[in-house]
Amino acid sequence: MNRIPILRLGKALLVTIQVDMHDELALALEQDLTQKIWATGARGVLIDISALEVVDSFIGRMLHAIASVSRVLDAETVVVGMRPAVAITLVELGLELPGIRTALDVERGMTLLSRRDEEAEGDVERR
Amino acid sequence: MSDTEVAARLLAEGEVEIIAEWLRLQETEGGGGSGRISSAELRVQCDRFLALLRRGLNQGAETAQDAAFAELRDMLRDLSRSRAIQGFTPTETASFIFSLKEVTFRLLQKDVGAAWALNRLLDAFGLYTFESYQRAREEVIARQQREITELSTPVVKLWDSVLALPLIGTLDSERTQVVMENLLQNIVDLNAEIAIIDITGVPTVDTLVAQHLLKTIAAARLMGADCIISGIRPQIAQTMVHLGVDLNVVTKASLADAFALALRRVGQSVTRVVPAARAGA
Repeated sequence: MNRIPILRLGKALLVTIQVDMHDELALALEQDLTQKIWATGARGVLIDISALEVVDSFIGRMLHAIASVSRVLDAETVVVGMRPAVAITLVELGLELPGIRTALDVERGMTLLSRRDEEAEGDVERR
Repeated sequence: MSDTEVAARLLAEGEVEIIAEWLRLQETEGGGGSGRISSAELRVQCDRFLALLRRGLNQGAETAQDAAFAELRDMLRDLSRSRAIQGFTPTETASFIFSLKEVTFRLLQKDVGAAWALNRLLDAFGLYTFESYQRAREEVIARQQREITELSTPVVKLWDSVLALPLIGTLDSERTQVVMENLLQNIVDLNAEIAIIDITGVPTVDTLVAQHLLKTIAAARLMGADCIISGIRPQIAQTMVHLGVDLNVVTKASLADAFALALRRVGQSVTRVVPAARAGA
């Protein structure tokens, strides 16, 4: 079974979904990602879905689950590059993904994560 | 010999006479559309109609829906369509057929059966002309509606990564769909971070419109762009509160305020330029 590669970029993990997600692949990704966050102590997860053309409620739920698990492990999830058609589909399905940060592209997503990191460090220094 | 064949024979015998009389009647009754169509063109149409009618009658067709009249129906449809677009009135369009009735009736008096058969056929064709005319007009209306929908939802780039969407007119489901797709595509194309939705031109906001707005905002957020709503008029604000509509997004009174906020968010600011002379004084 093929798996979706998870790349490490500084304190963040980058997942680029370039194939059509089927359910098993999505479940495997959730598992791999959880393992990797735990192993690397990553602070952020970037999921690039710019190549994803088809979503269903299952993928929507999976994204939500990944975000929730990551938050428990103190990593923030940013979904980047969602296509207009995908966004409309998710909204029509009633999956507005509350609690997930979004960004237009990977670059903006990284900026978002690093800004959060800086703020967090600032907190520590103030203490 | 059947009624239709008799009618066809009589029509063939008096063809020249019929055409002349028919043309004259159309001219006087305004069927020519007061100069919108040349008499030569009208003559061609009359010739063709009569020829096709005779051919159908010879094949023994008794109703206007008969397959033998298929070509004739096509011709009438095209004729009504072009007349509808040229701005003929319904009466002018239909009198193309109905003025023929008068002419043929006189000619077919000799044979009551044939006269009646032809009369019925011409009535049916007249109605068909009318229907085609109306359909053509409805198509024009539908096209204009589509154009209005497209025209009234422009997406404007205000600054790097700041978009504005001035909404004008009532939002129904169909328009929302167009607006939403338009906005989202522009967010991608222009790489926008913030979209300002200005609803100054929206006359009423009910729960349905609010829901449409919320959907658009949710979709934009999923793509990584924030929305600001501006231009909510006092009455609309009151209505929304009384209806219990909670937009749950940042709202600003005017487009200017929203733009200022958007600039601040993308790390830009507007400053007053002090002229050098006055600064030195």
